[in-house]
Amino acid sequence: MKGFSLLKSLATISLGAVLMVGCSSGNSAAPAANGGSTPAQTPAAEGAGGEVTAQIGVVGFLSGSGAAYGEAQKAGLELALGELNEANKGKLKMELKFEDSGGEKEGAINAVNKLINQDNVVAIIGPTLSGEMFAAGPVANEAEVPIFGISNTSEGINDIGEYVFRNSLPESIAIPTAMKAAVEKKGIKKVALIYASNDDFSVNGYKVMKATAEKMGLEITGEATFSNGDVDFSAQLTKLKQTNPDALLVSALYKEGSMVVKKARELGITATILGGNGFNNPKVFEIAGPAADGLIVATPFSPEKQDDKVQAFVKAFEAKYNKKPDQFAAQAYDSLYIMSQSLLGAGKAEREELRNQLAQLKDFTGVSGKLSFDEKRNPIGDAVVVVAKDGKFVPFE
Amino acid sequence: MFWQQLVNGLTVGSTYSLIALGYTLIFGVLGIINMAHGQIFIFGSLVGLVLMTSMQMPLGVALVASIVISAILGLILEYTALRPLRKKNVPHLASLISTIGFAILVEEAMHKIFGADSRAFPQSFGDKTFDLGVIQIRSVDLIILAIALILMFVLHFWIQKTKMGKAIRATAENTDTANILGINTNMVIIVTVMLASALGGVAGILIGMAYSALIPTMGMTLGFKGLAVLILGGVGSIPGAMVCGVLLGVIEVFTVAYGDSSYRDAVAFGLIIVILLLKPEGLFGRKA
Repeated sequence: MKGFSLLKSLATISLGAVLMVGCSSGNSAAPAANGGSTPAQTPAAEGAGGEVTAQIGVVGFLSGSGAAYGEAQKAGLELALGELNEANKGKLKMELKFEDSGGEKEGAINAVNKLINQDNVVAIIGPTLSGEMFAAGPVANEAEVPIFGISNTSEGINDIGEYVFRNSLPESIAIPTAMKAAVEKKGIKKVALIYASNDDFSVNGYKVMKATAEKMGLEITGEATFSNGDVDFSAQLTKLKQTNPDALLVSALYKEGSMVVKKARELGITATILGGNGFNNPKVFEIAGPAADGLIVATPFSPEKQDDKVQAFVKAFEAKYNKKPDQFAAQAYDSLYIMSQSLLGAGKAEREELRNQLAQLKDFTGVSGKLSFDEKRNPIGDAVVVVAKDGKFVPFE
Repeated sequence: MFWQQLVNGLTVGSTYSLIALGYTLIFGVLGIINMAHGQIFIFGSLVGLVLMTSMQMPLGVALVASIVISAILGLILEYTALRPLRKKNVPHLASLISTIGFAILVEEAMHKIFGADSRAFPQSFGDKTFDLGVIQIRSVDLIILAIALILMFVLHFWIQKTKMGKAIRATAENTDTANILGINTNMVIIVTVMLASALGGVAGILIGMAYSALIPTMGMTLGFKGLAVLILGGVGSIPGAMVCGVLLGVIEVFTVAYGDSSYRDAVAFGLIIVILLLKPEGLFGRKA
C-alpha cells in the first residue's frame, strides 16, 4: 500500500509540474514587465507618463476539493481589477498574476516563492486557507513582501510577522456572534461538535466553538472528527445523534461540511446546525440541497444587505458572472481596493512603502463592511448572522 | 445505536466489496493490480451523474452510461497500458506502473472535464426513511445493499457455471495452457477487464447515491479501500472480496461509533496487518 501511494504521489507531482508549466505559460498575459525586462531588485517598473505599474501576485485554491473558494476569489479580484484600472487610469495600473496552490501547503509555498523571486510582485494576495498561510506567510515575511490574506480566519495569522495582513474577520469574532444569536433565539442548552481534524482552519473553528460554548455555560454532549477528503460521516453522526443535542456545531470546509449537514438530516437529526466560515459559499446549497435549510452562519458579507455599495457590487458581479457573489468574492474584491488605495498612497510600487501604507489603514469601507486594523494588524469588523432558507442565506431573525 | 451503526457499516461495506471485485477479477486473470480502477469507475459514474443533472436523464440511463463508459475506459486501458507490455513479456511491475500512469491521465482528464468540485447527486428518490423502531434505514441504503448482493451472486454464478466463466477460470489458472487448449485468452482478458470496469461503473453510481455526491478524487481514496479488501480477502478470491468488503466497512463504522473517529483508518488497516500476520494468504486466499 505505502509503496503504491508513494509511487503514485511521485508520479502525480511530476505530471503536476508539467501541467503547471503548461498553464502558466498560457496564462502569462502581462507583456512588458516580465522576467528579463525587469531589473531584479525593483518589484515593478514605473510606466510612462507617471503611471505606476504594480504587479500583484495572487495565490488561490483554484483546483482541487475547495476550488469554489478560489474561483470566487478570482472572480472578485478580476471584477475589482477592471473597475480600478478604469478609475485610476494614468495614475496606477495593477496587474494580477494568479498562481494555483491546489489547497496544499507545499503548493502555496512554491507559488509564493515563484511570485516573489521570478515575477517580482510588489505584494501577494492570498493564499486561501489558513493552513496555507501558516506555511507560506513566513516565506513572504522573510522576503519582506506584504502578503494579504482574504480568507484566513484562524487565530495567530498576524503573529507570523510584520508583513502579514488580512481583511478576513477571524473566527473568534464570527463564530461567537452566530452562537450568541442562535442560543438567544432558539434556547439552545446542549451542543455537539464535529470538525475536520486534519485542517488548520477547521480545528481552529472547533476550538473557538468549544471555548464559546464553555463560556456560555452550554453543555457539550459529544465531539466527533473526520478528515478532509472523507465521504462517509454516518458513523460519527449516528453517534452524536445518540447524545441528543439541541445544536450541532460544524467546523469544516464547504465540501465536507455540506455533506455532513445533508447526512445529519438524513439520519433524522433535527437539532439546529451552526457552521463556521467555511459554509459561506453557494456550493453548500448545491451539495446539501434542502437539507441546508436552517443552517446558521456568521458572515461579514451578505448580498442581501441593503447598502448602496453592496448592491452596486452585487449587480456588477451578477452582470459579469451571472451569479451572486459570496463572502470570498466580496473580501477578495475589497482587498484589491485596499491595495490600490495603499499603492496610491505610497505613490510607487515598492514593497516597504506599501507595507507601511497598509499598516496605517483605517476605516476603509468595503462591500464586506468597515475595516480597520488593531495594533497587531488584526481586522476589526462586524459579522452578520445569516440563516439558510430556500437556497440562499437570509438575515437571521 | 448498535443496529443503526451496523446498517451504516453494511452500506459502506457493500460499496467496498463492489470496488474490490473489480481488482480481484483483473488480478485473478492477469496477475496484476490495476491501479487505475478507482479513477476509471469514478470517471464513468461522473458521466452518468452529468447526464442526470444537466440532461434530466433518469437513473437507469445514468447507470447504463456509467457502465458503458467505464467498460470502454477498461478497454482503452487494456489496449494502451496492458497489452503492449504483455506482448513484450516484461515483469508485472511494469504494468503496475503503466496503470498508475493511466490513473493519473484519467484523473487529470476528470479535473479538466468535470472540474475538481464535488458534484451533488440529485435526490429524486431514496430520501424516504423507513423507521423500523431501533433503526432508520433510507430506501437508498436498501437499494445499494440489494444491487450489491444481486450483482455479487450473479457474478459468482457466472464465473462458476457458464462457459465464459470457465474460460476465465482456466486463463486465471494458467494463461499459456488455456491458450494451447484453444481458449482465446486475449478475448478472455478483454472481457475480464471490461467486466471489472463495468462493475466499478455500478459501484460508482451506488457510491454517489450513498454519499449523495461524487468527487473526482474519490477514485483514489476508495481505490485504496478496495485494494485493502483485496489483500484482506486473499488476492484473486471473489468470495473473499465480497465478505471482506463488508467486514472492512463494518469495522470502520464501529471504530468511529465506539472508539475515536480519528482512528478510523488506523484500526481498520491495523487489523489488516494483524490478519495478514496470522494468515498471510488472506482470509479466503489459497495457500501459494
